[in-house]
Amino acid sequence: MTLRASRWVLAALAAAGCAASSSARPPQSTPAPTAPAASAQATPAAGQAAADTEANPFPSTYRPLPWAPTLIRNATVMTAAGPTLANASILMSAGRIVAVGPNVVAPAGAVVVDGTGKYVTPGLIDVHSHIGAGASLEGSELDDINEVTNPNTAQVWVEHSVWPQDPQFWLALAGGVTTEQILPGSANLFGGRSVVLKNVPARTVEGMKFPGAPYGLKMACGENPKRVYGARGGPQTRMGNMAGWRAGWIRAQQYREQWAKWRKEGSDPSKRPQRDLQLETLAGALDGRLLVHHHCYRADEMAEVIDMSHEFGYHIASFEHAVEAYKIRDLLAREGICGSMWSDWWGFKMEAYDGIKQNIALMDEAGACTIVHSDDAQGIQRLNQDAAKAMAAGREAGIAVDRDRAIRWITFNPAKALGIDRVTGSLEAGKMADVVLWSGDPFSVYSKAEKVFIDGALIYDRDDPRRQPSSDFTLGNTLELDR
Amino acid sequence: MRRAFQATRLAAAALFCLAGAAAAQTIAITNGKVYPVSGPVIERGTVLIRDGRIAAVGADVAVPAGARVVDAAGKVVTPGFMNAATGLGVVEIGAVQQTNDQSLNNRRITAAFTVADAVDPFSTLIPVERVEGITRAVVAPGGSSALILGQGMVIDLGTGGLPSMIDRSPVAMFVTLGSAGARVAGGSRAAAMLELREALQDTRDFAANRRAFDANARRAYALSRLDLEALIPVVRGELPLAVRVNRAADILEVLRFAREEKVGLILTGVEDGWVVAREIAAAGVPVVLDPMQNLPDFEARGATLANAGRLARAGVRVAFATFDAHNARNVKYYAGNAVAYGLPWDAALRALTIDPARIFGIADRYGTLEPGKDADVVVWSGDPFELSTLVEHVFIKGAEMPASTRQRQLLERYRRLDPSNPPGYGHP
Repeated sequence: MTLRASRWVLAALAAAGCAASSSARPPQSTPAPTAPAASAQATPAAGQAAADTEANPFPSTYRPLPWAPTLIRNATVMTAAGPTLANASILMSAGRIVAVGPNVVAPAGAVVVDGTGKYVTPGLIDVHSHIGAGASLEGSELDDINEVTNPNTAQVWVEHSVWPQDPQFWLALAGGVTTEQILPGSANLFGGRSVVLKNVPARTVEGMKFPGAPYGLKMACGENPKRVYGARGGPQTRMGNMAGWRAGWIRAQQYREQWAKWRKEGSDPSKRPQRDLQLETLAGALDGRLLVHHHCYRADEMAEVIDMSHEFGYHIASFEHAVEAYKIRDLLAREGICGSMWSDWWGFKMEAYDGIKQNIALMDEAGACTIVHSDDAQGIQRLNQDAAKAMAAGREAGIAVDRDRAIRWITFNPAKALGIDRVTGSLEAGKMADVVLWSGDPFSVYSKAEKVFIDGALIYDRDDPRRQPSSDFTLGNTLELDR
Repeated sequence: MRRAFQATRLAAAALFCLAGAAAAQTIAITNGKVYPVSGPVIERGTVLIRDGRIAAVGADVAVPAGARVVDAAGKVVTPGFMNAATGLGVVEIGAVQQTNDQSLNNRRITAAFTVADAVDPFSTLIPVERVEGITRAVVAPGGSSALILGQGMVIDLGTGGLPSMIDRSPVAMFVTLGSAGARVAGGSRAAAMLELREALQDTRDFAANRRAFDANARRAYALSRLDLEALIPVVRGELPLAVRVNRAADILEVLRFAREEKVGLILTGVEDGWVVAREIAAAGVPVVLDPMQNLPDFEARGATLANAGRLARAGVRVAFATFDAHNARNVKYYAGNAVAYGLPWDAALRALTIDPARIFGIADRYGTLEPGKDADVVVWSGDPFELSTLVEHVFIKGAEMPASTRQRQLLERYRRLDPSNPPGYGHP
């Protein structure tokens, strides 16, 4: 209590503009090849409540692992920032991409990797995962995804559920995933605060936290909240869902006004308003400091949620799952809202019944921000395959899908939805060296991630067991028989 | 199928609605790269279909006058694929209980439960799966409220409806052991094994003393009369147990159980199978597995993508399954991933065709492109396991399948968004 209070005082004193976190390597210091809308959304308006009430008490302690200057040469490079480059090279050093192109020379002492016949892509990014919060081990002891105690649990932070030893992180890494957003579950209208992680081995979750990445707020539409709370005081209906969100936003507005008034009147410590973790998170979403990720399947519900976002003046970063996005793809494109989708999941519940395999291709064709996500510990291992399936489905229906756009579904576009596209998500000089070397075309079922670099450090090497992170759980649990 | 889907959808639908007529057709699929499964690949071959059956396969098959010719130049031709554990036909929407007949919560009916009695030939799932090359499927009872889940069947995914779509029923008695079985039995795997053994003992006693049972002059049995009757073919060795089990030790326990009880056995799940592959192979027991299961837990510490390849290398007969309904179509990509992790390509093809056919007793009529077998034939644009490959034609029992599915109708409806003409009004 004392510690928390004193931290708060320190933060309040330090106030001013720097809101998001005390980052070791703040993305603001890096070149910004693009300045997309989602990142702008993530930037707090000057003088907002952020630093007053919300200096991050759980700062990232991530540091890039030891690296060596590395040149991958003569590979097919899919940059996610432009056309694929044949027979190209990529040079990484000091955590950054130094150069990408046909004539990159390795500095003396650099590790040179021959990429002949191989492909290079940005590290894959999953905008929707629960690994760490829900480990693969059976039983409820490690199931910490859904705080099913109230339809509004905006006060919970999923990072406090993340077990860094979940073996699923390293399976995802072997699938080329370098960054993932861990979201609370979808039982609640307001599920809680997300966290963005670098997919690196660490003793603590703080050691995995993506420096400077904005937080997200998880919300959920439709069947889940009403199923879970229908017999527990509500919401019992979709109209109850809507009323619940709006009530939450109204209280968040009041909270925000309370703090604004206090600041306006001189920030007298003796009159400081009471902090409320739930409203702090919701107010942060209204301010645009937290990016809103709203689980929603049906088109009509998404449209209503968009109206609600206008009512309260916030932006939705992404509709999660969005199996009916194709029905309102023009609206989503116009609103600049991403759809985070599967290639082919459908029918497992009523609101998923209208899922079609062309959902992703149609969104892409409409110019909407198109993301392939997993929400699944197996799917996260094969985001590239899911994108390939969506691409094939589009072509089957005569929807032109460009490979160089499809690679963005699993790299740049999720980075954008997470507000980290200025620092990762594409292969451009100055960006974080989050890079995957594939054995072949990443859209082939037979291709595998061979080497995965995070901030230029070789975190995974399929050919070198010493360069393959493993969970503590694995120790003693590998089944080797002596025979 | 792609061509029909894109260009002549309506004409194709009209044509292929005449399923009965199509079955009587003579069709020659020519110039394709043919994988008969029963023999080596034919680089440029013809598959001749007559009266619903395969009439001839080879490089030098003459095309009879009047035959419909499907030019498969540059294409790949295989048997239709079989998914060895699904909920097709008994699950419409997973979470809508009223549309889900795959599982029971009824301790009085377990072994007697027969999914064939609940199948819906008009399920919207079936067309969705078949247009992607799935032509046969095992439909297995699901659930977790009993050790003995009931009797599964094999269906074809054609348009024939009932009863012809039921290829064979029952094909196996499905059982859940491992941690799920332990939970049902009160907390320990050991108790689950006892309960299963008791069920078979009771069945033998019942079969030998039916008259006494009917006269109420026999000891009480743990199972109901219906369940005991359903288990008689199992104790007689006529119907195999399909036991879901993952842990290596549990696999060994089930192998011992089947040997001692002299019952037929199929292992399903089998995530740790590679650890005891030698024992499974020695027992001659086949496995039905999802090769993508690699999430470690205490039930499957050794889960790995290499499982299928290692089992096959040890000589175990492997069939692939998705254990779901809605994406049963993806089993072909499961095969591709298994190949990426060590399973030979030809073995993966067998795991989707002849091996499940043998395991579930339909190899006399399905599983290879051999004269006399049902003409379940798929023409693919390329490698059927590859993500970019599209299905061009699907034949089931000699009838070309319609391209239409509920999903494709939704696509049609929303392909062009016209604000002045809302979808569903003046649209297909």
